[in-house]
Amino acid sequence: MNALYLSHFTATSAIGQGLDQTLDALRQHRGGLHPCAFDTVDLATCIGEVAGVDAIVLPARLAAFDCRNNRLAQLGLEQDGFAEAVRAAVKKYGPTRIGVFIGTSTAGILQTELAYRRRDAETGALPADFIYGTTHNTFSVADFTRQYFGLNGPAVAVSSACSSSAKVFASARRMLAAGLIDAAVVGGVDSLCLTTLYGFNSLGLISTQPCRPFDVERDGISIGEAAAFALLERPPAILPDAAVLLLGVGESSDAYHMSSPHPDGLGARMAMQAALDMAGLQPADIDYINLHGTATQSNDAAEAKAVMGLFGPATPCSSTKGATGHTLGAAGGVEAVICALALQHGLQPAGLNTRQTDAALPLNYLRDNRSQPMRYVLSNSFGFGGTNCSLIFGRAHQP
Amino acid sequence: MKLTAYIEGIGLLGAGLTDWPTAQSVLTGQQAYQPSRTVLPAPTLLPPAERRRSSAIVKLTLATGLEAVAAAGLDAATLPCVFSASGGDGENCHAICAMLASDDRAISPTRFHNSVHNAAAGYWGIATGAMTNASVLCAFDASFGAGLLETLTQVVVDDARTLLLACDTQYPEPLHSARPITDNFGIALVLAPQRSARSLAQISVTLTADPAQPLDDAALESLRLGIPAARGLPLLRAIALRQDGRVVLDYLDTQRLAVAVTLC
Repeated sequence: MNALYLSHFTATSAIGQGLDQTLDALRQHRGGLHPCAFDTVDLATCIGEVAGVDAIVLPARLAAFDCRNNRLAQLGLEQDGFAEAVRAAVKKYGPTRIGVFIGTSTAGILQTELAYRRRDAETGALPADFIYGTTHNTFSVADFTRQYFGLNGPAVAVSSACSSSAKVFASARRMLAAGLIDAAVVGGVDSLCLTTLYGFNSLGLISTQPCRPFDVERDGISIGEAAAFALLERPPAILPDAAVLLLGVGESSDAYHMSSPHPDGLGARMAMQAALDMAGLQPADIDYINLHGTATQSNDAAEAKAVMGLFGPATPCSSTKGATGHTLGAAGGVEAVICALALQHGLQPAGLNTRQTDAALPLNYLRDNRSQPMRYVLSNSFGFGGTNCSLIFGRAHQP
Repeated sequence: MKLTAYIEGIGLLGAGLTDWPTAQSVLTGQQAYQPSRTVLPAPTLLPPAERRRSSAIVKLTLATGLEAVAAAGLDAATLPCVFSASGGDGENCHAICAMLASDDRAISPTRFHNSVHNAAAGYWGIATGAMTNASVLCAFDASFGAGLLETLTQVVVDDARTLLLACDTQYPEPLHSARPITDNFGIALVLAPQRSARSLAQISVTLTADPAQPLDDAALESLRLGIPAARGLPLLRAIALRQDGRVVLDYLDTQRLAVAVTLC
């Protein structure tokens, strides 16, 4: 593929608002998972909640979009000068030449969950102030982002469960390559809601403790929320020294089961191989892998087989979900930003909460941070329905 | 910027439209349109456990997708897919929200995994064995246009035959009042990068600010307006009429898709 330049990027999750806090949390091994006190949830679990989401006020002209998910989106967009960068891109390219590709799994469904508590006792009707299209609907966060900046190019929400905001890079790449747009606002936004907390609980997949990816005693995920964004453009002739590029995208499907990964990680391996092929790289070129690493028994076992089969046991890897929690549809975006930070700062981030790495998963799983100049990193995102996406990012210049 | 592809297979299922051959005579006016509730066939290609768990959007997606792939004479396992839906399965969403508002929040695992927007994509893979890329999209009322654009970029940029599956299901009350989708409806298209013996028509698509083209028949027009996936009907009508021409399909509030149709 023709490499794409991440001219700006930002992430807001339970470990911090914006890049400085996120990087500092990674450096200090500071996690963001705490016992769940969200809404009326009565589950014994830990969550990665973003502080201050409820206090965000949307612009009056976008009041119809008001819900936790879009508040989180706005909080994320306003970090690190990202909004200013998008506005500058609008001046440079024009509003019709910028596409919007936002990944989410549940968008603003919390709004509907809350509205169902206020149904009319006689008719069962939802309250009159409930607006479906701009809150609950999966597209609402992409439409909000588009209208926040007055963009007029193609816009879409990608919703393939936990691979959603990795796959936005794939859709944006194709649309840039097709020449329909000159820049893309890509990202992922997912916010806490009862559907996912009680849903994952029904599957026996949530942990009572902060999740422990690749640990011998791992027992499930910790759900988090996040907003992460990147501005993708074709690389200019001269790139800054620390420039990060998207070099490869690999996508596949397991065709196996709705809520369990292929036991040998076959689909995962296909996605990683496809990303390497697109980037024109060999497994040995990859300096660090940000694993999907959810801390469920089955994900980590299948992913370890896939990584082992393709990379062998030496490539340094970790899951940052022990810090952020599993931010579901936002995970691919958050971890893309963590990969970009890792490349720029020569940081291989440790996986938190893992006390004893599972000997049955014989990867080079990092439990301590490492300082190491890196050229290429890979990020994995897999999801329900057997959806897989791997991304390869690299430094434009040898660090 | 113009994106060009060749349609090799069409699948269609909706109110009073049981498949593409039936729909053609209705779209051309040879046969009067008589809307009746959409009947979803059993997803016989799925293993028994998945068949039991499959919801309306899964049945609709399988029926339309398999019709298009069979018409093109292709193996579904080989085709990358674009699934575009304006929402997930409506019945399932209502059931979850009702339980979460009750004293018993113990929603079932099947309800939960059927709630993901890519449930139909997951079942499609299980049914067909396709381990190919699946893009799963939503753009509210613009979902058909968004799906068509994404499919075209896959065809053009990745130089690969790609299957578009645009399907919508209905919400029960009380959500139906907030999102009044009138019935279940789906369109599936196999698009190819090159002309072949199977090609039905060439389409060249550009963005336009022109208004979307309505359908002459009042009942068909209310179908087009009532279900986002049915916004693709003007394209299928042009193919059914076997006439070259230009149609404008609905997309975003400020952007539509102009489609130049050339019969093969």
